Amino acid sequence: MSRLDLNVRLKLDRFTLDVADTLALQGITAVFGHSGCGKTTLLRIIAGLERGAAGRVAFNGEVWQDGPGTRPRPAHQRAVGYVFQDARLFNHLDVAGNLAYAARRAHQSSSALSQDAVAEALDLKPLLAQRCATLSGGERQRVALARAILVAPRLILMDEPLASIDGRRKREILPYIARLPRDFGIPVVYVTHAIDEVAALADQLLLMSEGRRVASGPVGEIMSRLDLFPLTGRFEAGAMLNVRVVGHDPQDRLTDVEFDGGRLSIPYVDVPIGDTMRVRIRARDVVLAVGAPASLSANNMLSGVVTDMREDEGTFVDVLVRCGSALLISRVTRRSVRRLDLSPGTPVLVYVKSITLDGYPARRDELPEKTNVERK
Amino acid sequence: MSGGGLDLAPVGLSALLAAVTTFMLLIIATPLSWWLAHTRARAKVLVEAVTALPLVLPPTVLGFYLLVVLSPTAPLGAAFVSLTGTTLTFSFTGLVVASVIYSLPFAVQPLQASFEAIGRGPLEAAATLGASPLDAFMTVATPLALRGYITAAVLTFAHTLGEFGVVLMVGGSIPGRTKVLSIAIYEHVETIDYASAHVLSAMMLAFSFLVLLLVFVINRRYPIRMS
Repeated sequence: MSRLDLNVRLKLDRFTLDVADTLALQGITAVFGHSGCGKTTLLRIIAGLERGAAGRVAFNGEVWQDGPGTRPRPAHQRAVGYVFQDARLFNHLDVAGNLAYAARRAHQSSSALSQDAVAEALDLKPLLAQRCATLSGGERQRVALARAILVAPRLILMDEPLASIDGRRKREILPYIARLPRDFGIPVVYVTHAIDEVAALADQLLLMSEGRRVASGPVGEIMSRLDLFPLTGRFEAGAMLNVRVVGHDPQDRLTDVEFDGGRLSIPYVDVPIGDTMRVRIRARDVVLAVGAPASLSANNMLSGVVTDMREDEGTFVDVLVRCGSALLISRVTRRSVRRLDLSPGTPVLVYVKSITLDGYPARRDELPEKTNVERK
Repeated sequence: MSGGGLDLAPVGLSALLAAVTTFMLLIIATPLSWWLAHTRARAKVLVEAVTALPLVLPPTVLGFYLLVVLSPTAPLGAAFVSLTGTTLTFSFTGLVVASVIYSLPFAVQPLQASFEAIGRGPLEAAATLGASPLDAFMTVATPLALRGYITAAVLTFAHTLGEFGVVLMVGGSIPGRTKVLSIAIYEHVETIDYASAHVLSAMMLAFSFLVLLLVFVINRRYPIRMS
């Protein structure tokens, strides 16, 4: 596991970025927050692209910059790969030329990564002779990704690489990113303001607001913290579960998944039976009931216990429910809370409509210790 | 009226002057335009204005000041004399110095525009790919600015070829040393040798047209586009 020590400050237009944290980088660490909260700037500071930044950056004990009086290590001597939002391919070179540019300047000469293998892994073989200007947005980002890998970095930084790509192509690229840490053994820090990218990719999360670190830790943990709801997505907020695929129903286009709190049917996803994946359950789509189940579909009925409640200043109350070892969140009205007499410790039935569930098929079976299911 | 063989020495001298000036200017203008494209210093506007002065100043005015500064009685001119034993005024070297200053904006402005169009993006990308600033400049900025370099070179060459007032002030009209094409044409007209003036002028006209055509074709065809 890699460690990234941050204690950095930089004055920006609207606020001063001030982040101090030690990140245990494993798999993909998402830096998440509203637009303009300083995520990208933080990433640029790590890469050495912000000259005015003060403070300390150290990766695995190797100091990249330190307090006043010391000279920060310039960007080209930091062993990072950087994927920019706008790809920034070199238009005067073809695809192969872009890859070779990185490979010639690799930080670790002993790197076992060949241009050929990386091009193969990212399905770039047919594009190698193409001019960069002729590539689609998705292809450009795949080339940028390959280029960042080929510089043999010890850390890959990605700045909203999918932000300028449309929905369908986004889903095509996600698996390549998800496989990065496993296939190439390089941890990734991934800046995004899109909750689905967090759900699809992230193992760890650093939550930011107005230039500050708000929280960091495993995604499931941060996402189920009620106090962070205003930042983790007001109406989109919800729990993230790691589940195992147990069956497909091709007729009804459903996939059955299981976790230690029960079973759920979700819209069909193309994941082999036995594999794990992630499901996001929005708080507003979770219905709570008390007492014997009525004639509801038993499929998506789970039983759990209320563990925490938090009142919104408006109409809502967010209720945290433990199902097995997983935490689900339900957003209900104050009236429902009174009517059902909900309080911490109340046993409840949890109902989730299948259609509202988002499944993220990026395979996560290599990182079992990160799942809510298996964590005790 | 024309005395038999037309003296083509001024053509060769003009071409040589233009070539040397272009070469010198690309070397001088590169760091200057790079600085102008990337600096946030307040002095930027000042430097930009000074660089653009030759565009608006009457060539005779520029030539007059250069004559004053380069003359052996002025510190700069005197220093040159004590170093080399020859004067800057009324010499080919003096013409090069004058031409470099006179054509400076024609080299700086296209280069600065190119560097600004490239922006910091590709250079930052190069840095994250392990390229040192010099490496990034040579392998990314220069090829991306190729169009700017071609435009700068062509404009500088053509502009130097066409200069008159500055050259006359600083260099006079010494055959084989400072008598360039435009001065030769002027003298042919003065001596009512229109035939020779016609030949030289037509050469200038054709050359200038071809040069501009080349610039526009390059700008249209050249495949490099910023993202």
